[in-house]
Amino acid sequence: MIDIKHLTHHYDQTAVLKDISFNVQAGDFFIIIGPNGSGKTTLMKHIAGIFPIRKGDIEILGRSVAEYRRRSLSKILAFVPQGAPSEFPFTVRETVLMGRSPHMGLLGVEQPRDIEIAENAMDFTGVAHIADRKLDELSGGERQRVFIARAISQEPKIMLLDEPTASLDLAHQIRIMDLMEKFKQDNQVTVVMVSHDINLAAMYGDRLLLLKSGRIVKIGPPKHVITYETMETAYGCTLLVDQSPLGDFPRVTTVPRRYIRQPVRKTEESQT
Amino acid sequence: MMLKRLLAVISVLVPFLLISAMIGLCFGPSRYGFGEVLSVFTGGGNSEDIVYSIIRRIRLPRVMMAALIGGALSLGGLVFQALLRNPLAEPYILGISGGSAVGAIIGILMNLSRFPGVCFTAFTGSMAALAAILAISSGRSMLTKDSLLLSGVMLNAFCSAVIMFLISMTQDSRLHNIMFWLMGDLSAPGLREVAILAGLLAGPVVLLFLMSHKMNLLLMGKEMAGTLGVNVKLITLALFVATSYMISATVAFCGLIGFVGLVMPHLLRLVIGPDHRLLAPACLLAGGGYMILCDTLSRTLPKHGEMPVGVVTAIIGAPLFIILLKSARK
Repeated sequence: MIDIKHLTHHYDQTAVLKDISFNVQAGDFFIIIGPNGSGKTTLMKHIAGIFPIRKGDIEILGRSVAEYRRRSLSKILAFVPQGAPSEFPFTVRETVLMGRSPHMGLLGVEQPRDIEIAENAMDFTGVAHIADRKLDELSGGERQRVFIARAISQEPKIMLLDEPTASLDLAHQIRIMDLMEKFKQDNQVTVVMVSHDINLAAMYGDRLLLLKSGRIVKIGPPKHVITYETMETAYGCTLLVDQSPLGDFPRVTTVPRRYIRQPVRKTEESQT
Repeated sequence: MMLKRLLAVISVLVPFLLISAMIGLCFGPSRYGFGEVLSVFTGGGNSEDIVYSIIRRIRLPRVMMAALIGGALSLGGLVFQALLRNPLAEPYILGISGGSAVGAIIGILMNLSRFPGVCFTAFTGSMAALAAILAISSGRSMLTKDSLLLSGVMLNAFCSAVIMFLISMTQDSRLHNIMFWLMGDLSAPGLREVAILAGLLAGPVVLLFLMSHKMNLLLMGKEMAGTLGVNVKLITLALFVATSYMISATVAFCGLIGFVGLVMPHLLRLVIGPDHRLLAPACLLAGGGYMILCDTLSRTLPKHGEMPVGVVTAIIGAPLFIILLKSARK
């Protein structure tokens, strides 16, 4: 589905991504994790076609991103950014309908079918009841669901999300993640997400990619990627990694300093 | 849904434009009734008649000129606000009009004809101003509100100085009207000038209408617009060039008229919302009507002669700009 080959990116002399190669399978819930400044968002924006590729290549469905026309790429790939400007507040409905623009004609006049798809997307993400409200009147969770509805109405094969749960409370975080899981299963869509929440990543991701300083530390299923060795190296702090009581995936607990160097704890903490 | 709203907008604003035109034709140093004006157009009146002469030969071209200028300036303001994602952006405030004025004056001093000579130098001036404004305000701060406005103030100050310099250096009779032109001069155009200006504006206006949906997407941010299938660089460049070309044509014909591109898009946005597919035609129609009314005021308020129309638009527009700036800061 997505093939990334030797992707390298420099920002003002400093390398942000260093020779990254991996692939994402069709139907994956693929989550990119890593500490701040590890290059997660930069990587995501390369896949989305926002940053031009200088070195290396990214292939989407077997074709290099650079070969796609903007419009045809936007029919395959939808991107949900972290936030959007609100100087000119559109209504929820107008915003979601914008997702139809890759499928609309030059003038951007929506057809009944476009409206129907947008309505369905709003129903799916639970924003239909606020369809006529303006974006700047919404809470963070509502706004995020509007942006997801817009991406859904784009009818993409691949959906990219940049930290969709950042600055949301627990209920909204789970709601967003559940939505994406259901959307992926219902529509056989590939989801690629950047997340700073390791536990959410462990619970929902089919495969994870752990980045540090622009390099891949580990890639694979959550159990394989989230171990205390990889996580402590990547994040540079002491962590407790055990199995989640919910199922067969790891759980990460941060460890306050006062618990470190106490010999009574399990083996994981002896690594300091 | 969108077409229905478009129809509603047009069916309100076309009558507004026509009524404004009617008012513009009726009022002036001598006043005529609606009936008299109508009879000039319908009755095929006597071309020797003084009323016929004043209305058909003097006021009609002027009203049409005002409609074109007002529509173009409003549309120009709308596009700049969308492109720079800044509700305070406007060609006059940003110094684009100032740049074309410098170009136009140089053209006049070089003895060029209004069209295509002065139009061309005005366009060159506006492109230079555009390049300058983007260069000054870009970089780290990437077109933030304040850096953009400050650059505009500086560019305007510079352009005014250059204009004054050029005027002071020549004792040219061609420049005796220039002070008036600097604040917007709609006087004495003929139907020929109106036709030329209409021809010049037709291209960019059609282009801007076609790109109005792209402007909506651009408001969501460049990255978002890109992932929604917009060729951001190409569209941005096309919008900037088309708008600057349109603005410089208005400057070449009628001088500097400020704040129209601020007042009209803002009022319309309050009523219609931020959808540019509706706002673009609305700006063209309502801006035209607004300019006709401002021009009518500038012709009727002074006891003798008239005042530049830019005085009227600035007296209305500048306070509104300050109010907007204050509310934007909150």
